[in-house]
Amino acid sequence: MVEPVVLLTDVSKSYGTTIVTDVLRALNFRLEVGEFAALIGPSGSGKSTLLNILGLLDRPTSGSVCIAGVETTTLDDAALTGLRGTTLGFVFQFHHLLSGLTAVENVMMPMLAAKGRRTRSMEQRALALLDRVGLRSLARSLPSQMSGGQQQRVAIARALVMGPPLVLADEPTGNLDTKTADGVFALMREFNVEQRVAFLMVTHDPRLAARCDRTIELVDGRIVADRKTTTAP
Amino acid sequence: MPISWFLALRFLREGRAQSALIVLGAAVGVAVMVFLSALIGGLQTSLVAQTLGTQAHIVVRPADELARPMLRATAATDVLARVERTAQRARSIDRWQHVLARLSHMPGVTAVSPVVAGPAIATRANATRAVLLIGAEAARFAAIYPIRRRMVSGGYDPSRTGCVIGRELAADLGVSVGDKLRLSTGGESSEMYTVEGVFDLGNREVNRRWLLVATRSAQSLLDLSGGVTSIELRVASVFEAESIAAAVRSSTGLVADSWMQSNAQLLVALRSQSSSSEVIQVFVILAVAMGIASVLVVSVAQKRREIGILRAMGTRRSTIVSVFLLQGAIVGVVGSLVGAGLGAGLGAVFAGVARNADGTPTFPFAISWALIGRSSLLALATGVLAAALPARSAARLDPAEAIRNG
Repeated sequence: MVEPVVLLTDVSKSYGTTIVTDVLRALNFRLEVGEFAALIGPSGSGKSTLLNILGLLDRPTSGSVCIAGVETTTLDDAALTGLRGTTLGFVFQFHHLLSGLTAVENVMMPMLAAKGRRTRSMEQRALALLDRVGLRSLARSLPSQMSGGQQQRVAIARALVMGPPLVLADEPTGNLDTKTADGVFALMREFNVEQRVAFLMVTHDPRLAARCDRTIELVDGRIVADRKTTTAP
Repeated sequence: MPISWFLALRFLREGRAQSALIVLGAAVGVAVMVFLSALIGGLQTSLVAQTLGTQAHIVVRPADELARPMLRATAATDVLARVERTAQRARSIDRWQHVLARLSHMPGVTAVSPVVAGPAIATRANATRAVLLIGAEAARFAAIYPIRRRMVSGGYDPSRTGCVIGRELAADLGVSVGDKLRLSTGGESSEMYTVEGVFDLGNREVNRRWLLVATRSAQSLLDLSGGVTSIELRVASVFEAESIAAAVRSSTGLVADSWMQSNAQLLVALRSQSSSSEVIQVFVILAVAMGIASVLVVSVAQKRREIGILRAMGTRRSTIVSVFLLQGAIVGVVGSLVGAGLGAGLGAVFAGVARNADGTPTFPFAISWALIGRSSLLALATGVLAAALPARSAARLDPAEAIRNG
C-alpha cells in the first residue's frame, strides 16, 4: 500500500493559557499521493492554522502529523526545516517572491537552501521550470517588473523546483482576476497530473473548488464535509 | 557562492540607498580614526625625533661618589658626625673597554659611543665662553647624533688640534672654519684649536655650549688620559630605552639614564595625547556600530515576510543569522576601505596645505599599512558585532506569523 502524503491523527490546536481558544479540534484526515484537494470554510474556521501545521511552520497542541511517511511531532526545528525544504512546496496568496531576486533566482531559492551553495545545474533546472510555466523570457526580471499572474507562475515554479510530493497553496488565485486565476489553476492541475504532486489548496472560489478531486470543508475547527468531486476535469 | 553570501549581497543591493548611507557612515568613522591616528602618531614621532636630536637614548656613567664616614656607631658608642657631600669630579668608567664591548652586544642597542666630556673655557681675543667639551670618536658619535647631516660649514672629523662648534658659539666668538681659539680647563693647561666645522643641531642651547674635539684632545685637556666619562647608546626602538637602561644597570652596575627618565613630562604629554585620541576613537566606533545596527534592525523589520518565506522554503536559522552578520561585515570592510582612502587623502591634503616656513609640513603624518589594517579589522569586528542583535532577532522570527502579518 502506498503511504499517504498527509496523515493527521487527532490533531488539535489551541492558543492561550488563561483564555483557551480551540482552533482545531481532533482532526483526522489523509491525503493520497497525487490528490488535488480544496480546503474551504469561512474565515476563522482554522484553515490557515491547519495549513501552517501541515507546512511544519506550527506544531499541534496534540495529535500526530505524518508528512510523506515521516512522523513530525518529535522532530526538532532543524529537522523540520530540512523536511520542509525537501517535501513541501508553498504558494501564497500574495505570491511572496523575494523582491531583490530575479525570477530565476527566486525559483532557485529552495535548492540553494537545501544545498547551501549556488551551482550551475540549479540554474539550468530553474530555467527549465520557468520555461515550463511560460516565463523563460522573464527569467532575469525582478518581481516588480512582472504582473500578478506572472509572479504567481514564478511562485508555482519555485514551489515545484525541489520535486516535492505535496504543495500547500493558500488562496493562490485570491488576488487575481478570473481569467488569470483560471490560468494559474490550470497550471497547478497540469503539474498535479503530470508529476503526481498532491495539492492542498485553500480557496474561497466555489468554481475552482468544484474542479478539484476532493473538497474538505472546515467549520469551527472541525471537518464538517469531505466529499469527492464527481465531475473532475 | 554560498547561500548566505548570495542573500547578503542581494539584500544590500536591494536597499541601495540604505546600504550606501551606512557604508558612508562607516567610512567617515574609519576616516576619522585613520586621520586622527596618523596625525597624532606623526606629531609624536616628530616630537620624539626633535627631543632625541640632541640627546642620547641612554647615557651610561659611573655612580656618584659618596662620602663614607670613618667611624660607625656601635652598641656602646654614638658617633656625632656631619658628613659633607663629596664634590663630583670628572671620573672615568672603570675598565670601560670591557663595558663598551658588553654594551655593544646588548639586544636592541644599535650604536655605542664612548665620550669624554667636561667643562672648559673657550677664548678668542677678549671673548670668553664656557663650553661643554666633548671628546669622541667621530664615526661613533655621529651614529648617536645626526651631526654630520647638520653641518653648516666644514665637516665633523676633528684632528688632534681641531674642534667643531655650534652655530651660536661660532657667532658669539666671531669665528668661522679655519679660525683658531684657545681652550682651557680649570688647571694651567690651555691649547690652541682650529675650528674645522660648524653645526646646527636645531637647539640654541646645544649650539651655544657644545664643543666637539677628538677623544685624545679631551682626555689630555680634562686630565683623564685613557679614560672616558660616559658611554652613550642609541637603541632601535626609542620607547624601549628605559627597559634597556634597566638591563644595563643590572649587568654593569653603572648608572644608566634613559631619555625617558630625563623627559618624564614629555612622556606624560605623549601618553595623555594618545589616550585622548583613543577615547575619541572609541566613541567614533560606538557611533559607527550604532549606525550599522540601526540600519540592519530596520532591514530585518522590512524583510520579516521574506525571512519567513525563506524559512518556509527550508532555509536554516543559522543561514539567516549569517546573512545579517555578513551584511554587517561587508558594510564594515567596504566602509573601512573607503574610509582609509578618505583619511589618507585628507591627511595628504592637510599636510600639503599647512606648511612651515622651511617647507616641512606643520602636521607630520604617520600613515602606515599597519594603521590601515588595524582600522579595517576594527571596522570589520564592529560591523559583525553590530549585526549580531538584528541577526538574532531575524533568526528567531516565527515564519508562519511573519508570512501572515509581514
